[in-house]
Amino acid sequence: MAEETLDRQPTRRGFVNWFLGTSAVAFLLSVFYPVGRYLIPPTVAESTAGTVRLPFKADDVKPNTGQIFKFGNRPAILVRTPAGELRAFSAVCTHLNCTVQYRPDLGHIWCACHNGHFDLNGQNIAGPPPRPLDPYAVNVRGKQIVVSKST
Amino acid sequence: MAGSAKPHGRLWTWLDERVGLAELEKVVKKKEVPVHRHTVWYYLGGMTLFLFMVQVATGILLLFYYRPSAEEAYESVQFLMAEVEFGWLIRSIHSWAANLMIFTLFIHLFSVLLLKAYRRPREVTWLSGIGLMGLAMGFGFTGYLLPWNELAYFATKVGTEITGVVPVIGPFLGRLLRGGDEVTGATLTRFYGIHVAVLPALTTLLLGLHLFLVQKHGMSVPPGAERAGGGRRTMPFFPNFLLRDLVGWLSALAMLAALAAYFPTELGQKADPFASAPVGIKPEWYFMFMFKTLKYLPSYILGIEGEIVGVVGFGVGGLFLLLIPFLDRRTARGEPSPLFTWIGIAIILYMVALTYLGYTEVATQ
Ligand code: HEM
Ligand code: FES
Repeated sequence: MAEETLDRQPTRRGFVNWFLGTSAVAFLLSVFYPVGRYLIPPTVAESTAGTVRLPFKADDVKPNTGQIFKFGNRPAILVRTPAGELRAFSAVCTHLNCTVQYRPDLGHIWCACHNGHFDLNGQNIAGPPPRPLDPYAVNVRGKQIVVSKST
Repeated sequence: MAGSAKPHGRLWTWLDERVGLAELEKVVKKKEVPVHRHTVWYYLGGMTLFLFMVQVATGILLLFYYRPSAEEAYESVQFLMAEVEFGWLIRSIHSWAANLMIFTLFIHLFSVLLLKAYRRPREVTWLSGIGLMGLAMGFGFTGYLLPWNELAYFATKVGTEITGVVPVIGPFLGRLLRGGDEVTGATLTRFYGIHVAVLPALTTLLLGLHLFLVQKHGMSVPPGAERAGGGRRTMPFFPNFLLRDLVGWLSALAMLAALAAYFPTELGQKADPFASAPVGIKPEWYFMFMFKTLKYLPSYILGIEGEIVGVVGFGVGGLFLLLIPFLDRRTARGEPSPLFTWIGIAIILYMVALTYLGYTEVATQ
């Protein structure tokens, strides 16, 4: 009797345990897999706009000021330098994604979140931002300002 | 029962036979609170519990008017503040009590730390307490965004971006938290669900465990008081301690009412994803020491981005705090452990100093 139970033959109890265990795991997987996938947000197609016409005229942007505008679904900034030149950059700070602004008193671009500074070429010159702002190309056609991704 | 000589009424007896009130009474009567010169710290946990109940009550009231979408959230809070009778009061109490609750929670945590109440057999009580601290901060972080104003919008942008900095799983976590790549209406809906359903459920579970353990082990007598032969004196929990608790709770309620009346919570400007971050953007005060630390870190430390160093540093710090009962071997052996007292004091000083700097330094330069 005792020898028989010690035998490594598959027992009925062993089979039932294996069966219940596997079912339990399968059950949990079938619950948590859909829930897990459900929680991951679907990717929304990035706006592929490579070019935007700005909703304001070239004359409206005075020297030594900046304007935020929509570039696709991200903010960008148009700056007229004190010398009168128009430049555009992504307005998304390379530090932690705040939206930058133009500071007339400093004469360059500034991020309020952690005091990050960028010069008029978008270079990070002080504070925590690790990279320059992405530059965009600016074209003026008559009074229209057109900003596009690559130069 | 028939032979019971207890001075209880018929209703009590009726209920006792069905619910077992006598057992409950025995438990309550047995509970004693040690009396020594550190007894005052025993009130902080109860105070936090009271403030949490205030949050649940006012939070449920806010739900009747609040609308969780980017288009309507700001307007619904505006309506609540301007039109709904006592809407300003309910909202202001919810936001003041949130701050006070985190404040008393901090004091509770640090008093437990300095009095070494985490030592055997209360390690699990400590673990659940740190968990509750995390949940409370989660409440604060998700609740801050709900009015959908400018400050909250950018604070959340920075806050969720910081999770994105966590090595390996960070970007995934950030997306999961924001419900997309940016802070949008999807984030608001997600934070809302977390704030009013997920966190309350988790808190109820963890708080239940925490209170059960406190009840099971009784109050810990600090090793110092124990060695000095103190802690022999006790007072009954019911009614002596509970009545003192009540005095504290009533004072807290009075203070809440006064704060809400004289300093009602502001609403500010509606969030605009296409506006520059406003000057003076700041997180809730209890995140300030971390925010300020990140501000001070240079963009690169030994070739690693400053943020990563900071975030990993705070992660390691949190883990250290969690594991203190297992790291403090001297207290575990019943010896004095000045090292961990000093570590506790150092953490407090660091947090106070950076919070102070965060509020006094002008951010513009
Ligand atoms: C069951 C519990 C809770 C519910 C149902 C709830 C519900 C709400 C709702 C609907 C709002 C948005 C309305 C508003 O902005 O005033 C809100 C805001 C907020 N909640 Fe809660 N809440 C609960 C618990 C908590 C707890 C425990 C905390 C504490 C840490 C907390 C902290 C906040 C904060 C800081 C705000 C933003 C306050 C403001 O700016 O107006 N909540 N909550
Ligand atoms: S987000 Fe711009 S400096 Fe931190």
